[in-house]
Amino acid sequence: MQSYELTCIQCPIGCALTVTVDGDAVKVTGNTCPRGEAYGVKEVTAPSRTVTSTVALTGGALRRLPVRTAGDVPKAKIFEVMEQIKKTRVKAPVKLGDTVIENVCGTGTDVIATKTVK
Amino acid sequence: MTQHDIIIIGGGPAGLAAAIAARKAGIGDVLILERDDKLGGILNQCIHNGFGLHTFGAELTGPEYAERYSDQVEELGIPYKLRTIVADVSENREVTYVNSTEGVVTVKAGAIVLAMGCRERPRGALGLPGYRPAGIFTAGTAQRLMNVEGYSVGKKVFILGSGDIGLIMARRMTLEGAQVCCVAELMPYSGGLNRNIVQCLRDFNIPLLLSHTVTKIHGKYRVEGVTVSQVDGNRRPIPGTEEFYECDTLLLSCGLLPENELSRQAGVGIDRVTGGPVVDDSLMTDIPGVFACGNVLHVHDLVDYVSEEASRAGEHAARFVKGSVPEGREIRLEGSGGVRYTVPQLIRPDTMADSVVVRFRVADVYRDKSIAVYYDGVRVQKRKKRIMAPGEMEQITIRKDGFAASVPEKITVTVED
Amino acid sequence: MNDNFDFDVCVIGAGVVGCAAAMMLGRYELSVCVVERAEDVCSGTSKANSAIVHAGYDAKPGTLKARMNVRGAAMIRELSRTLDFSYRENGSLVLCFDEKDMPKLNELYERGIKNGVEGLRILTGEEVRRLEPAVSDKAVAALLAPTAGIVCPFGMTVAFAENAAANGVEFRRLTTVTGVERRGEGFTVKTDRGDITSRFIVNAAGVYSDVIHNMICENKLHITPRRGEYVLLDKQTGELVSHTVFQLPGAYGKGVLVTPTVHGNLLVGPSAEDCGDPEDTETTAEGTASVKQRALLSVPSVPYNMTITGFAGLRAHEDGDDFIIGESAPGFFDAAGIESPGLTSAPAIGEYIAELIAKKADARPRENAVTERRGIPRVSELPAEERSRLIKEDPAYGVIVCRCENVSEGEIVAAIRRNPGAVSLDGVKRRVRQGMGRCQAGFCTPAAAAILSRELGIPMEEVRKNIPGSELIKERI
Repeated sequence: MQSYELTCIQCPIGCALTVTVDGDAVKVTGNTCPRGEAYGVKEVTAPSRTVTSTVALTGGALRRLPVRTAGDVPKAKIFEVMEQIKKTRVKAPVKLGDTVIENVCGTGTDVIATKTVK
Repeated sequence: MTQHDIIIIGGGPAGLAAAIAARKAGIGDVLILERDDKLGGILNQCIHNGFGLHTFGAELTGPEYAERYSDQVEELGIPYKLRTIVADVSENREVTYVNSTEGVVTVKAGAIVLAMGCRERPRGALGLPGYRPAGIFTAGTAQRLMNVEGYSVGKKVFILGSGDIGLIMARRMTLEGAQVCCVAELMPYSGGLNRNIVQCLRDFNIPLLLSHTVTKIHGKYRVEGVTVSQVDGNRRPIPGTEEFYECDTLLLSCGLLPENELSRQAGVGIDRVTGGPVVDDSLMTDIPGVFACGNVLHVHDLVDYVSEEASRAGEHAARFVKGSVPEGREIRLEGSGGVRYTVPQLIRPDTMADSVVVRFRVADVYRDKSIAVYYDGVRVQKRKKRIMAPGEMEQITIRKDGFAASVPEKITVTVED
Repeated sequence: MNDNFDFDVCVIGAGVVGCAAAMMLGRYELSVCVVERAEDVCSGTSKANSAIVHAGYDAKPGTLKARMNVRGAAMIRELSRTLDFSYRENGSLVLCFDEKDMPKLNELYERGIKNGVEGLRILTGEEVRRLEPAVSDKAVAALLAPTAGIVCPFGMTVAFAENAAANGVEFRRLTTVTGVERRGEGFTVKTDRGDITSRFIVNAAGVYSDVIHNMICENKLHITPRRGEYVLLDKQTGELVSHTVFQLPGAYGKGVLVTPTVHGNLLVGPSAEDCGDPEDTETTAEGTASVKQRALLSVPSVPYNMTITGFAGLRAHEDGDDFIIGESAPGFFDAAGIESPGLTSAPAIGEYIAELIAKKADARPRENAVTERRGIPRVSELPAEERSRLIKEDPAYGVIVCRCENVSEGEIVAAIRRNPGAVSLDGVKRRVRQGMGRCQAGFCTPAAAAILSRELGIPMEEVRKNIPGSELIKERI
């Protein structure tokens, strides 16, 4: 059995959660609402994050193009995703929402532009 | 002298929302003056997500949030001038601006919306002893250099202050390969959002030292390290607790200050606590026809509230231009017992809207306390809150029909059991 | 003059004294070079001091200090016009807090009269407060010196340097002197960037002037770097006092001053601590606290919550307590131990040394010597029409980079293109005040760095705050 101490980030209250994992059984205590329980379970079983960064841009008024992952990627893959992002160069014009990297690191989510640069 | 119906000073989130609202309220002649070379203000460098949950029900990045507003400005054909700095605003609503194509120009405005935003508290104001080497940056400057210009300011970073920009930069610099040794916070609680502490610090095992501050900066030419000490209840360093951290960069995230040089020049009355103008329920300052919104009025926690407030300022400015002037009796609003300030500071019951949102911040972390509202000492509202913290804004609503029987002289907002 | 040497004169140190000497030497038919270890002029003691033009009642009559002070103050008044730097004759007050100390105040008055200071008067406590309402009730009397003034030490030093350069003086910055040797009638100045030979040397090396002196002179000097901490307040506070308010040294110590600056800030300081380390310009919590506390004796209402920065400077205190000026060894001229009133005395010291050298070298005054210089326009202070005209000529004057001090891109470019021009952020700051305001360069650093990068043709990673090692940017991402 393993136990994790987390702070819930679903609302400003910031409940101190204790999540215990025993085989397939995941138990959350310390939460005061169902959102807290769901958060606790997800954080220990499949934590994920949106990654935001910039990529090199040529041919536009800006030198860097801000980007993000379109959806969350597994937390463990954050640095791997960053490596891909760092290697990427983009040419203007770019529209907000354009795909910059498809299916980044096999996560099933794309890296997209978050700004339009003419 | 050229005349415009409404001049908006600042093309960041507040200025854009105010301009759009004023145009939608039927004012054709709205002009935005922006000092940077693009609209959107500080959102352009805030490439992280977390913006827009209240406004759009989506988690946007800063540039995405900004583009939704700048797109509207373009669609509505609202004119704006970039790389244009306002040199002076006068009491009779004359605005003098400077740019490289027109030189110095003075124009007359029917109404003015102040939306200049805020700036970061610099090292000098913090009184940090030691040398004055390169490598000390406010978190926002480091953010701009990294996210807009593409330069990293350091490889081994110490962050003083747990404001949100500092937390965000802790993650950002870590992702770009820097080592962030620590975030130190003078207060016994963080000034940033919970979510940022979890996702920007804990995700990367960056320690947060509460009740600590930097007591010496080492390195004559480039930062070589900092001495950090624990502080007592009066925020004074405790001798014997000094610890040295080797680093090449010190980022400061120690608070934001509304940027009211122009307001002061114009003679606008400034609230000592917020550092922003004193306004009434229409967000009008004590100079008729001069309105204020966004971080120049008081520092906000979420941009969504900036946009909402700025829209109201834009609408009220439009109403003013059309001849509807806020006037009549005045009710003073006052924070007490843990409520540091209120915005607005004044309500005019004769011309107020049906309901007015009053925003404020508390002075400490309060658990299971209530927000109470008193009209001349008589309690009229009480609402239990699980938690209140200085890092987040709170709000109450004052309804016009509450004044049907009698109009109080003073409304007090307080924290109580 | 002499074909066997690279230069007639090598001035070591480009502080205010070195630049004043170079300027005055440049007005003779002499070839002059100035070597400076920092990346720019005005980088040592000259950059961090009280910025006061002392009236001249402090020094003992008959000393070099007294002579140079009174002459220097008169020269600054004139030079501020011909060389276009900020100076204001705001007058000074020396406050006396105890009737028992009145003899000391009277002694200052007497000294001033002997030194030739004009307009001195002793005021009663009431008279002082009528003149300066913010002055403490505890002041029982004061010495008023209406001819005292305040000056921009950077502006003055840069003006001297530019005027020197206009008359052909060569500036070699980032050049550290490692040794001085005899070479026939003159010298070889050894530096980390090669040797320079000259017939004469002017030692204006500030806190290092003993080291330079001792390289060649029999009698040894000893300079003690004395650290002084200051606190600078926002421009909103600059009108708290109009005079420079000193304290009469008393039982509580030497006293600190409260003064407006020429740019409208309020300056409080200095502390005085012998530190022994000529590099020790760090501020300390104790030093800052003590300065703040002591200033409240004069002006109880100094609003320290409006502090924008603190800094520390070093004064070159010589054991003998007077300026060491003159030919200490044949051909080797000292301007050493120049502590307060060094800033005030600088042009007089420069003039005096230039005369000595010119006489010895039998050099004639330079024909058509440049004696005037225009500063970089402060565009935000120009009338609207003039400002518009300037922007039309050069649109860069219409782009405001530093919003606290309203400094335009045009001014920054001019600072870099002048001779000697700025090569660092500190150099830009001292010439045009970019980053000197209340946000202390928080906002404008990226833009100013980008302009330096463009104008100097160097990558952003090589833009420095001052000397190598003070780069701002670690890497491109």
